[in-house]
Amino acid sequence: MSGPRTGEGTGERIGERIGGSPARVGGVGRVTGAQQYLADLPSADALHAKLVTLDCARARIVSVDASAALQLAGVHLVMTAGDLPQPVPRFGPQFEDRPVLAVGETRYHGEPVALVVADTRELAERAAALVRVEHEVLPPVFTIAGALAADAPLVQDPSIRKPGDPLARTNVLHEHRVGWGDVDAAAAEDGLVIVENRYSFPMVTHFAIEPHAFMAAPDRDGVAVWSTIQHPNWLQKLVATVLGMPLSKVRVYAPDPGGGFGGKQHAKLEPAVVFAALKLGRPVRLVLTLEETFQAVRRAACESRVRTGFHPDGRIAFCDIEADYLIGAYADIADRVVGKGSYPAAGPYNVPAVRILARSILSHTTPSTAFRGFGNPQVNWAVESNLDEGALALGMDRLEIRLRNLARRGDAFIPFDTPADGDWQQAVRLAAERIGWGSPLAVGHGRGIALGIKSGPTTGLSYSTVRLLGDGSVIVFAGTSDMGQGARTVFAQIAAQELGAPLDWVTVVMGDTAIVPYDQQTSASRSTVLMGNSVLMACRSIQAQLRAMAARLHGVDEAQVSVDKGVVHVGDRELTVLEVLKPGLGKLGGELTGLGEVRKDAEPDHPLGGAPAFFEFNCTAIEAEVDQETGDVTLVKHVTVSDVGKALNPLQVRTQDEGAAIMGLGHTLMEHYIYDEAGRIRNLGAIDYRIPTSMDLPLWLHGEIVENEDGPGPYGSKGMSEGALLCVASAVGAAVREAIGVPIRDLPLTPERVWRAIHDTAAPTGGGEARS
Amino acid sequence: MVETFPIEVTVNGRRRTLEVAGHHSLLDVIRDDLGLTGAKECCLVGECGACTVMMDGRTVDSCLVLAVEVDGAELTTVEGLATDGKLAPIQEAFLDKGAVQCGFCIPGQLMSAQALLAEHEHPTLAEVQEGMAGNLCRCGCYQQITDAILAVAEGER
Repeated sequence: MSGPRTGEGTGERIGERIGGSPARVGGVGRVTGAQQYLADLPSADALHAKLVTLDCARARIVSVDASAALQLAGVHLVMTAGDLPQPVPRFGPQFEDRPVLAVGETRYHGEPVALVVADTRELAERAAALVRVEHEVLPPVFTIAGALAADAPLVQDPSIRKPGDPLARTNVLHEHRVGWGDVDAAAAEDGLVIVENRYSFPMVTHFAIEPHAFMAAPDRDGVAVWSTIQHPNWLQKLVATVLGMPLSKVRVYAPDPGGGFGGKQHAKLEPAVVFAALKLGRPVRLVLTLEETFQAVRRAACESRVRTGFHPDGRIAFCDIEADYLIGAYADIADRVVGKGSYPAAGPYNVPAVRILARSILSHTTPSTAFRGFGNPQVNWAVESNLDEGALALGMDRLEIRLRNLARRGDAFIPFDTPADGDWQQAVRLAAERIGWGSPLAVGHGRGIALGIKSGPTTGLSYSTVRLLGDGSVIVFAGTSDMGQGARTVFAQIAAQELGAPLDWVTVVMGDTAIVPYDQQTSASRSTVLMGNSVLMACRSIQAQLRAMAARLHGVDEAQVSVDKGVVHVGDRELTVLEVLKPGLGKLGGELTGLGEVRKDAEPDHPLGGAPAFFEFNCTAIEAEVDQETGDVTLVKHVTVSDVGKALNPLQVRTQDEGAAIMGLGHTLMEHYIYDEAGRIRNLGAIDYRIPTSMDLPLWLHGEIVENEDGPGPYGSKGMSEGALLCVASAVGAAVREAIGVPIRDLPLTPERVWRAIHDTAAPTGGGEARS
Repeated sequence: MVETFPIEVTVNGRRRTLEVAGHHSLLDVIRDDLGLTGAKECCLVGECGACTVMMDGRTVDSCLVLAVEVDGAELTTVEGLATDGKLAPIQEAFLDKGAVQCGFCIPGQLMSAQALLAEHEHPTLAEVQEGMAGNLCRCGCYQQITDAILAVAEGER
């Protein structure tokens, strides 16, 4: 190539820009094996770490005898809480409750008691097995009922709870109460149909195919940390705080994660690895096994009670929701998951009276954390399923009842919050049409339709730097983590669009806090909107500099110069960016730099600390066939429609939506942790914990999008990536319910559970008969 | 002292003479001794497929094969798919169809796909889904992976 075909506007180049689906930036490395994930980084000099854990959920640590382990040649360190600064540092994004290593007591199956560091990984494993931890097994709580029992042991000592917390002597970490209108008065009204049911949602795990991995090394007068983390800047702050170092001395490298899904948002074992590396003065790396990863991250289970009142015409009169989320032994971000996930629990409907009580309940289990959907799928399952019960009780069509109550654009369906920001009816009608809603069904088949809504980011801060180099190529520095959602590609497309460079002349640098400007986090489907706008702003700042250059070079007023899609218009003349840049920079060359800053400040009076930047809205429609003999559920059709504002890269949007839909089938049909009476997870690892494979796909999985260019992101985009997961269970459950004629209110809908539902009742089977 | 054994293998067309520990898996040797980190480590029990490589034309979960067993074998890893700096059709098809998101499972998926195409010149959809069932993708790119395999079979590439 002779040079960037700046502003050439060939069909090929247009296809790389906004609205096109060029091959993923970084894709070639991913199909050739060249892409280096953390565990692939050269680390010949690094020592290897292994966790020492106990085979029980809860135990008092009496003593740790490391002598046998330390006698092995090549074992360098057995680090316990006693080797750390005292009191042992505790950390967490919401509550500083998680100790670097277990202090006094283990509180979940897999909590690290010690970290062994040795020359090789297998030596570290052998040595870890030789560490003798004398301990007294204590009774754990690992269910909601167990945690709430009057005589339940406290998971957290009141001394680590927030000062003055009235709940400190209970296992309820926090209660979230929101609502509007008067539910009791509404419920007392005559003529309502009131439906009340209980629902449960299982504990599931992220199962990113890349297990979590960490490395740390002394770095001159500071420390370098490598992590599979989604939020490198958050980790940098944490390490600096724990070590008492300035931020400038903590360098976090965050290579693209091999899947995150929320599980890699916050620090887990990084502080322990950092302390070990500094103690030894050498690089230390810790690559978790899949089993250890299962013990490190999961989604909160949830038990909900929902009471919904309906007017005879189907209008919802009130919704009363209590949701108990079973979080783990330490809060991680789980309490935010509970608060933010339950907040829009009443759904995208205009409901005059709503009362939501959501509780974060501590237990002796793996700390639950963010997981795609962030607390919404749990309550969606309950509230949407209960809406169907209402429709059945009223003899109303389940699509009709949704459309009757659905918020219209601009409706303040959650008072004082962001009003409905889309034409959501469009998505619902489209999904209904694609599934063939209302058309005859074969015997043994059923249909379901459900709506999902999720609040987008409530605060945010994303800086970026864009450099237009002297030859017209571009470097974008953006602190988002590209864990598969394709942020790299989208940012490159924005730069290509705005600065006229071909896509393969754009480099996107991420994942190094020493050179990439601050970004708050990669979560809440925020990056296209917040970081995308930041990159756009940086590019537009460069455009302004180009306009000034062009005006100077051509002796015209700046007002006569415009830059559009990488073409510089000077009066009637069209110039490429390079035709302005080269003479504009002059003999010394150089470059133009643009800075982006997008800030969404906190709103202290808002229950979530800020109104969402956008809503993710999805409608999922399912046709299922149930084998009456085996209880096996086959998804005949799965339609998922998301309102994305504008698809900057339609192929990436489609694959994110389909991926979210398939992930949702996991907790709907097959995934759940199984605990034994000692609070140990019995199905650790890939043999006993099944996730969807190519054999579990719906026979027809169809994704569509609604684009009205009405989002706050670049070119009218909204965040997406989680929406298509939100209501999968609700839609599948509804289809199964119609197929078998009886409701099932506990997930997952395993063949055994479905078979029992069919055979434990005398209810009629067959399509739709239950409603008569 | 760990007992080691000499083996001779051909890896991506290159003859290698190695001294491997008796208890090391093929995956250990590929990644740690040969520095070929395309094959990934995830479940280590042969369920996820992330470590899939080709051994004498058949796919194996390299985490389940002892390195000493491969003496004399011909191995292909994902690094050996592209030739003369040119991507193989299956690699191009994965990119075209959007089959790559986070990418961590992709080396294993590609090896299974390549083997499947070698076995079935024109596989049916069911054959593709069954043939690929041993390779997990949590990003859920199954439809795109299937599309890519069928596209190569149809000679789109």
